Amino acid sequence: MIASLAFYLFAGIVLLSAIMVITARNPVHSVLFLILSFFNAAGLFIILGAEFIAMILVIVYVGAVAVLFLFVVMMLDISFTDLRKGAMQYVPVGLLVGGVLLVELIVMVVGWQVADKASDNMASPIPDANDITNTEALGRVLYTDYVFAFQVSGLILLVAMIGAIVLTHRKRPGVRKQNIVAQQNRTQADAMEIQKVTPGTGV
Amino acid sequence: MSEFNLSSLSVMMPEIFLAIAAMVLLVAGVLRGNQSTRFICNAAMVALVVALLIMLGCEPSGDIVLNGMFTHDPFTFFMKFLIIIGLIVTLALSVQSLYQDAIIKFEYPILVLFAGIGMLIMVSANDMMSLYVGLELQSLSLYVLASIRRTHLRSAESGMKYFILGAISSGMLLFGISLVYGFTGSTNFDVIASTLAGEVSLGGVIGFVFILAALAFKISAVPFHMWTPDVYEGAPTPVTAFFALVPKIAAMALIIRLLFIPFFAISEQWFQMVWFLSFASMAVGAFAGLRQHNIKRLLAYSSIGNIGYALIGIVAGNEMGLSAILVYLTLYMVMTAGVFGIVLCMRRDGAAVESISDLAGLSRNSPWLAYALALLMFSMSGIPPLAGFFGKFMVFQAAVHSGLYILAVVGVLTSVVAAYYYLRIIKTMFFDEPADKFEGNIEFGRKLVITLSVAFIVLFILNPSPLVEMAQSAVHSLF
Repeated sequence: MIASLAFYLFAGIVLLSAIMVITARNPVHSVLFLILSFFNAAGLFIILGAEFIAMILVIVYVGAVAVLFLFVVMMLDISFTDLRKGAMQYVPVGLLVGGVLLVELIVMVVGWQVADKASDNMASPIPDANDITNTEALGRVLYTDYVFAFQVSGLILLVAMIGAIVLTHRKRPGVRKQNIVAQQNRTQADAMEIQKVTPGTGV
Repeated sequence: MSEFNLSSLSVMMPEIFLAIAAMVLLVAGVLRGNQSTRFICNAAMVALVVALLIMLGCEPSGDIVLNGMFTHDPFTFFMKFLIIIGLIVTLALSVQSLYQDAIIKFEYPILVLFAGIGMLIMVSANDMMSLYVGLELQSLSLYVLASIRRTHLRSAESGMKYFILGAISSGMLLFGISLVYGFTGSTNFDVIASTLAGEVSLGGVIGFVFILAALAFKISAVPFHMWTPDVYEGAPTPVTAFFALVPKIAAMALIIRLLFIPFFAISEQWFQMVWFLSFASMAVGAFAGLRQHNIKRLLAYSSIGNIGYALIGIVAGNEMGLSAILVYLTLYMVMTAGVFGIVLCMRRDGAAVESISDLAGLSRNSPWLAYALALLMFSMSGIPPLAGFFGKFMVFQAAVHSGLYILAVVGVLTSVVAAYYYLRIIKTMFFDEPADKFEGNIEFGRKLVITLSVAFIVLFILNPSPLVEMAQSAVHSLF
């Protein structure tokens, strides 16, 4: 009873805020509604017993992605009304592509069947939730059975980092940087000079 | 949790070695800055040669290691051999142009290495997950390489286009993988194969369609080819040479493995899809190429057409067809290396020129280059006794043998159409009023690549059997 009440609450807010994301006039409001819908989707995952995915959703999507959106919206000078101007002409094509995908999905869901062997095939069956939390269960296979995929993902992230630096880092002339070696090598002789000042003449 | 055995890693020694080498070189580059670009290019080539030697030393046993993620059999051995050679050739061709075009960035060879590791993983993948991570590692490096000349509008545009379309294709791939997983309950190729052999559902087939569409994007088969001409034209020429030489071999190897191991049970379904991809690629590659004036765009359409010919071998669906593909890809790589070696020499007034008309009168300005390009073009258009003829001949022979008369006829007709644009280049070089000379001398590495490529295509007729036999024994391990 309480679970289904919570489900309808979370699901309702997800839908409403998702609609608000695309209808809100102010882009900052859009991003804030997006964050709201992420939080409620995380609630849905908790109802499903997938607390790890719920936490990841909050940490990654709210903590990083949505905040990044917010930065972009607030710091870049983008005129969103100009962006929307040309958008209408692509609507027919978009609807066509979306429609084809939708029909495919419907056909697929209607005709869906799972192979008889599928449940035997599962490499890492879901453990009983009473024995082990799913964070721990994931951790047990992530660094053992799937260590190869994990390591290669590490390489992908390294390439992403190299790429970001190659494509954005530039050396600008005239930037004053702190030169610690020069600072520490400064001696009294470089910095100070003792002048004999005769009274009445000044330096 | 499965038992882990350190010795099982020996089959992936080349990848491990290359990954470590790439990271060490990255550190060296960061410490020494961009003036070490030439050194790092050379060191990367040495690392690739060492990886090749390591690979020659380890037996392609067909063992599947790391929880079913990774395999190394004679087929992957052949493909990896081609890929590593392609990477070495790419670096050998690029060093001089990096300096000429002022793209002196030490990250260039490192990204090439990482892309190479991704391709090796793709070829060896025996699980949807290793397939995906390998593919992403490769693609991400390629996106960055396409836009590495970021101050040029064209390069930035091509990187952006490639990135957006590539991201869509990755999305489709993941969607397809998740559907196939939903149906079969596994991501492992062998388990998928045995499950699909029992029964096939609509969901599994639709999942497969998404996977095939995403991979067709990677090999730029029509109708997923739109990005190719723009990216080829916009990317700096050494990067275009890289795109043309290597990634398609890896993606083709991946498609072959997917179609013939996990999805062999639904070969009736994929037969018509691949048939169409092949047919459309040949047609578009031949006819759209006719109107191109930019040599890089022309080569892009030529590569689309060539992928169409190679796909005929898959449609044929037997050992003969697949070994024809392997021979075809090898010869295509050799020819493309030579052609791009010459395209990279097209420079005037300190900038690269890319128009076909810029080649006018090359026979009088630099006759050696002109004769080399003429031979390569004759070979590309499939005129005997040059090597290109044998690739096409083997593919068409396999098609006729499997009763694919329509594809064989279309293949012959489109190669006649495509011959027009190859021969037009020869006509421009030998019979048009000479334009100004190309500047600059040609570096040793580039000269070597052009010479070897031309020597290979001319001398291939003397003894074609070693390559053909190697391809046959490589393909044999898939059946």
